[in-house]
Amino acid sequence: MEILWFIIVAFMLAMYVVLDGFDIGAGIIHLLVAKTDDERRIVLNSIGPVWDGNEVWILAAGGTLYFAFPLLYASSFSGFYLPLIIVLWLLMLRGLGIEFRHHIHHTLWKSFWDVVFSCASILLAVFFGAALGNVVRGVPLNQEGYFFEPLWTTFTIVPESGILDWFTTLMGLVALFTLTTHGANYVAMKTEGEVQLRARNVASKSVWGVIVTSVPALLVVTSIRPEIWNNFSSHAWGYIFPLFDVLGLAGMLYFNFRKQDGMTFLSSTTFIAGMLASTAFGLFPNVLPASTDPNLSLTIYNVSAKSYGLGVGLAWWILGIVFAAGYFIFIYRTFRGKVALPTEESGY
Amino acid sequence: MQDAFLMDRLQFAFTVSFHYLFPQLTMGMGLLIVILKWIAMRKNNERYNTAARFWAKIFAINFAVGVVTGIPMEFQFGTNWAKFSTFAGGVIGQTLAMEGVFAFFLESSFLGLFLFGEKKLGQRGHFVSAFLVFLGSWISGFFIVATDAWMQHPVAYAMDAAGNVQLQSFWGLIFNPWVGWQYVHTMAGAVVTASFVMASVGAYYLLARREEEYGKIFIRLGVVMGIVFSLFMAFPSGDAQGKNVAYNQPVTLAAMEGLFQTKEGAELILIGQPDMDKLRMDNPLHVPKLLSFLTYYHWEAEVKGLDAFQRSDWPDNIPLLYYSYHIMVGLGTIFIAIMVISALLLWKRKLYAARWLLWILLLSFPFPFIANTAGWMTAELGRQPWLVYGLMRTVDGISPTVSAGNSLFTLLGFLGMYFVIGVLYLLLVIKEINHGPEAAAVRR
Ligand code: HDD
Ligand code: HEM
Ligand code: HEM
Repeated sequence: MEILWFIIVAFMLAMYVVLDGFDIGAGIIHLLVAKTDDERRIVLNSIGPVWDGNEVWILAAGGTLYFAFPLLYASSFSGFYLPLIIVLWLLMLRGLGIEFRHHIHHTLWKSFWDVVFSCASILLAVFFGAALGNVVRGVPLNQEGYFFEPLWTTFTIVPESGILDWFTTLMGLVALFTLTTHGANYVAMKTEGEVQLRARNVASKSVWGVIVTSVPALLVVTSIRPEIWNNFSSHAWGYIFPLFDVLGLAGMLYFNFRKQDGMTFLSSTTFIAGMLASTAFGLFPNVLPASTDPNLSLTIYNVSAKSYGLGVGLAWWILGIVFAAGYFIFIYRTFRGKVALPTEESGY
Repeated sequence: MQDAFLMDRLQFAFTVSFHYLFPQLTMGMGLLIVILKWIAMRKNNERYNTAARFWAKIFAINFAVGVVTGIPMEFQFGTNWAKFSTFAGGVIGQTLAMEGVFAFFLESSFLGLFLFGEKKLGQRGHFVSAFLVFLGSWISGFFIVATDAWMQHPVAYAMDAAGNVQLQSFWGLIFNPWVGWQYVHTMAGAVVTASFVMASVGAYYLLARREEEYGKIFIRLGVVMGIVFSLFMAFPSGDAQGKNVAYNQPVTLAAMEGLFQTKEGAELILIGQPDMDKLRMDNPLHVPKLLSFLTYYHWEAEVKGLDAFQRSDWPDNIPLLYYSYHIMVGLGTIFIAIMVISALLLWKRKLYAARWLLWILLLSFPFPFIANTAGWMTAELGRQPWLVYGLMRTVDGISPTVSAGNSLFTLLGFLGMYFVIGVLYLLLVIKEINHGPEAAAVRR
């Protein structure tokens, strides 16, 4: 049962990164690919009807985490206190940027929110990457399963770690390049003309950023946490996840070259999903490794709720996700195709 | 430790009170928009459609702020109330996760369709998406109130070996006896807010002699819904809430009512100031025996006063609790008065010309927000010193590793950010109201 919920939470988080990832990515490249007001409206329109729904995945994932693994939720949220609140502020600013911009037609007002939207997106990507880095590196858990990390200390991994050290910053850059590429692929897929060309161009460059940052990151992970490969050697089928990664990466290069934007987007989706799945597979059954004493690590068994609750949860979770999948298919179908600006102004 | 405790409380109270300013309008206005769309469809009347579109614009701004201020709420259980989350997650994790899975997906998906998809969906499809947004927000309200109800009145749980609570019966949690009245009282409070806001905007158009056709529609709908729901706030729902408190949290009732001594035939205090040094009410204005009657339907029934309980179990801020409660009830009474008079004049077809009453309607819109906030303060202060009534004290619920300095930093951040958001929100809403419904129609 705990294993099932581990998979469910990991799945929801991956859904979040893939879906909100492309609208964060669109934010990252917003100022780069869209120069005129019309172009910016096109970029915003491409995510307008869906970004809030995408963001709900993190709320639902958080809620599910809370419900299935209360101690993990409590320990990690209080331990990562400052970065989490900063992430909240960034999420808020980004939402305001999208929603407030189009209400007043004044260039200064619009430029202001464009910059807010874009900067918040960039920082979010870095913070998410750093968060993943922290989980992989481990945190100083105490006997009760709690810890607290300042934002940064000496920028080294040991002895007293902070949220940002050189390793987690590197992970932040991996995330930044990955989401840039992902967002650029999405924008290229949803637009035409100049914006599309620029987005494709950004993607073709940032994918190299992904490669240049993620290869060293992988080497570092192997050196500071070699046991991450244990699950792979004992269950060889797990290698399928890294394989997805490689395929995704190759796909991004190949299809970008062929200008098949839909396939490029699919490739970056595969890449992200593969990366997260590999990490989850490697960590299992740990969910928050301790940097102090491996015995204090939080595992899915010592943080989970009891089986009755997990059992009924499964019933409503399946029901709810079937509904949610239905809505998502319906909206993405309704708003499929390229974004065009209506002659009269509506929405964004 | 005490400092961190204070910061955590202030931050939670501030952020949740600010958040709740927006969802109440979302939930109430969602219903009113559905009604407008319904009339537009039945009567095939384009004016009602335009009216619905106008409110949809304001709804969208309001919803956006509701969303951005709601996200921190979901996280704060973990960041600031980690011990509480560990203790209670096995139970209230259920309702909070269900809110995400059932309500937020529904709302956010169909809001996109409702705002962007009128042309693509056609009138009927557009009505359905409006209805689903409304439904989503009310489901959301249910799960969050169910969460709060469990903290007020914990049921359906068992203690595990580690001393944390675990869910024992799913339906027991959903049908907690506390939930029913709390839910309808809260939702009705949201409709009261929306009705007053709509009537107020209508009054503004009539007084300013512009968009008068729309002004009349807004006033009519606002007043009709306003009178029904204002009455419902006092009876039966407010009355029932009071009884819930009286039977399950008698010490809270005593504090809310300012009753220091246990008494048979206890009086109902209308106005007065709790004096915590002398433990009595100053300048009380009261109706003899009414409190006994209202709680137990019997004039001579005994009502327990604060002296019947240990001081350590008293709510820790009795004066604030007492005032919150009296502000809510006082405003509720005034709402009934305003709405009854307006409805009478509306019926006699004199309301649109009664400028003095239009002025009152125009100026009344902030008060339901105040009443709703005061109501929550009553519920939450009344629950003190317990975080989960009878099971966990509030002091024991905070995060053990987050220091006061860190919470103060984030509290100040929230204060600053919410101030800016509040100003921008008002700016945008006022701008939409000034543009008026016709302009909203042209711009589509
Ligand atoms: C427009 C808003 C509004 C108005 C006019 C009223 N209320 Fe209310 N009240 C609320 C909005 C509200 C609320 C915000 O919805 C609360 C907070 C928590 C809850 O369950 O509902 C609440 C709570 C609340 C509680 C506390 C429950 C608890 O401690 O858990 C009681 C006893 C009442 N109400 C009773 C009344 C009475 C007797 C009213 C008579 C006029 C009244 N309310 C008007
Ligand atoms: C249903 C969801 C809610 C839950 C689970 C909840 C839970 C809590 C918690 C954990 C605290 C902190 C402990 C404390 O200081 O008492 C608190 C306090 C408070 N909440 Fe709520 N709350 C909810 C809804 C609301 C709403 C909607 C409002 C206001 C509009 C509100 C107003 C307050 C206030 C004013 C306090 C401060 C009380 C104090 O400091 O003593 N709550 N609540
Ligand atoms: C501590 C308590 C609370 C938490 C954790 C919380 C959480 C949230 C979150 C995360 C959102 C954004 C949803 C989205 O992205 O679509 C939200 C919005 C909403 N909340 Fe709250 N909330 C709390 C208190 C309340 C209360 C007491 C009510 C009603 C009784 C309420 C009703 C709503 C509604 C209707 C929305 C959607 C509409 C809007 O945002 O204006 N919330 N809430």
